[in-house]
Amino acid sequence: MSRTRGSNQALALAQGLGWFSIALGVAEVLAPHRVTRATGLHGHERLVSSYGVREIVTGIGLLTAKDPTPWVWGRVGGDALDLGTLAAGVAGPQRERSGVAFLMTLGIAALDVACALALRRPLPAAMASFRRRSGLPKPPGAMRGAASDFVVPADFRTPEALRPLNEKAG
Amino acid sequence: MRALCWHGKQDIRCDTVPDPKIEHPRDAIIKVTSCAICGSDLHLYDNFMPGMENGDIMGHETMGIVEEVGSEVTNLKKGDRVVIPFTIFCGECDQCRRGNFSVCERSNRNKSLADKVFGHTTAGLFGYTHLTGGYPGGQAEYLRVPFADKTHIKVPLGVPDETLLFLSDIFPTGWQAAVQCDIQPDDTVAIWGCGPVGQFAIRSALLLGAKQVIAIDRVPERLAMAEAGGATTIDFSKDSVVERLNELTRGKGPEKCIDAVGMEAHATATIDSMYDRAKQAVMLETDRPHVLREMMYVCRPAGVLSIPGVYGGLLDKVPFGMAMNKGLTFRMGQTHVNRWTDDLLRRIEMGQIDPSFVITHTVGLQDGPNMYKTFRDKLDGCIKVVLKP
Ligand SMILES: NC(=O)c1ccc[n+]([C@@H]2O[C@H](COP(=O)([O-])OP(=O)(O)OC[C@H]3O[C@@H](n4cnc5c(N)ncnc54)[C@H](O)[C@@H]3O)[C@@H](O)[C@H]2O)c1
Ligand SMILES: [Zn+2]
Ligand SMILES: [Zn+2]
Repeated sequence: MSRTRGSNQALALAQGLGWFSIALGVAEVLAPHRVTRATGLHGHERLVSSYGVREIVTGIGLLTAKDPTPWVWGRVGGDALDLGTLAAGVAGPQRERSGVAFLMTLGIAALDVACALALRRPLPAAMASFRRRSGLPKPPGAMRGAASDFVVPADFRTPEALRPLNEKAG
Repeated sequence: MRALCWHGKQDIRCDTVPDPKIEHPRDAIIKVTSCAICGSDLHLYDNFMPGMENGDIMGHETMGIVEEVGSEVTNLKKGDRVVIPFTIFCGECDQCRRGNFSVCERSNRNKSLADKVFGHTTAGLFGYTHLTGGYPGGQAEYLRVPFADKTHIKVPLGVPDETLLFLSDIFPTGWQAAVQCDIQPDDTVAIWGCGPVGQFAIRSALLLGAKQVIAIDRVPERLAMAEAGGATTIDFSKDSVVERLNELTRGKGPEKCIDAVGMEAHATATIDSMYDRAKQAVMLETDRPHVLREMMYVCRPAGVLSIPGVYGGLLDKVPFGMAMNKGLTFRMGQTHVNRWTDDLLRRIEMGQIDPSFVITHTVGLQDGPNMYKTFRDKLDGCIKVVLKP
């Protein structure tokens, strides 16, 4: 439910995915023609470079966020877009190249989903149940000082000279 | 009977062992109805405490029904319902007469060993190392209680085990941690660690009237539970603890600091904690005092450091000069459980607190070994495990 040892590995994987996003994004932005040639998406250069911008933004998010989880899910969404676009390519003239790219993207999508799941946090419902576990009969504010009838034993008192000046008031 | 036994690092097994017997006229045998796994057990599980032996029975948070008493135990009888404090005490030595039960001079049967290692002996403890007597623990179907005429808390029928069990350790431990702070109405109390001990320290500080309670951890559900108890929280994996504490105290630092973490403080991305890890790995240091260093640094001058967190041996790079110059007061120790339990039982009965809030898992004894791992790795939202033998 919470961050565990295993999720440290997931954090490392998320970093790796961040660098991968940036590398792919830069390629898509700077050399969209090469990318469309390799993936059988000839004619979709502008679409591919817009995907590149998305990849770069996601990559920076993954590398800089304190909690990369939403960014990993962002990658999963991006994978879905890529897969949709490649599926259209499979129906086109260069079906073999698109097909190979589709399968590779599917593999990466699986890795993204695995990473996102490994980073999973307690579900909001479970967290809410912890927020209700006070052990106190009233809200904490109303319980402050409820035990002030307790007399601190002499051997547990702070040395007189170190007590705050305003104590007499309290 | 069945019992959870220690067989080395991260190796706890549910074994069949001989039933305990009365060995001394002041003994009693308890049939265990509930027991719990404590953060202190994790130090044994991870093999950070010296002095464990193969087959030792674990457990020091135990309650149950008196099964049999020795001839000198006149204030208990078969059928009485009792919670057993983790500190065994005679009630008669100089320390016990002062209420310093956790340093009882007579209950450690390995006194000469403890005298050598600690300079002077401390009390016998259940299910702990042979330095503290090596007494079989209470994660078992039956428990032998030495000095049973003193070492018990009689509890009423009709209140569930879950509400009373933690009088054995973590509730009085959190309470003593707060009492050691001698809390004043204007105080900010900062508490490192939101495990069970930290949770009870938070509530104790609140009940004792601290103006502000700040709790530090990195486990989301533990932080959520800390908020439920009235604490402002700091996630040390996300924020700088020192910066946040100074912000929350107008730059002056908290008056009172509680270390409810102990020797296995997690490495944050600070150089000192990585240094500790490395040294611990090559056995040059036994404990990782990252939290202690942080407390000494951030505490307001003339403040109090209260340390319920357990340390086992040698600590390195502790900025003692800083503490000396700031005039800090250190209060620490194993809890003098019975010194507080009459009052705390009364507070439970009055409805000021119901300690069962902390329990997340209840399982049979045979599932105990798995639960050690679940609790240690904070899997499945685990905060406190109760075992039903
Ligand atoms: N003095 C006593 O008599 C007594 C009695 C019971 C327990 N203890 C000790 O109290 C300590 C806590 O016990 P517990 O049962 O709550 O254990 P626990 O292991 O469940 O809790 C420790 C908590 O500290 C947190 N933590 C780790 N590193 C931290 C850091 N750098 N800053 C802030 N938080 C950090 C962990 O995430 C964890 O939630 C242990 O050392 C235990 O041995 C002492
Ligand atoms: Zn304990
Ligand atoms: Zn004694």
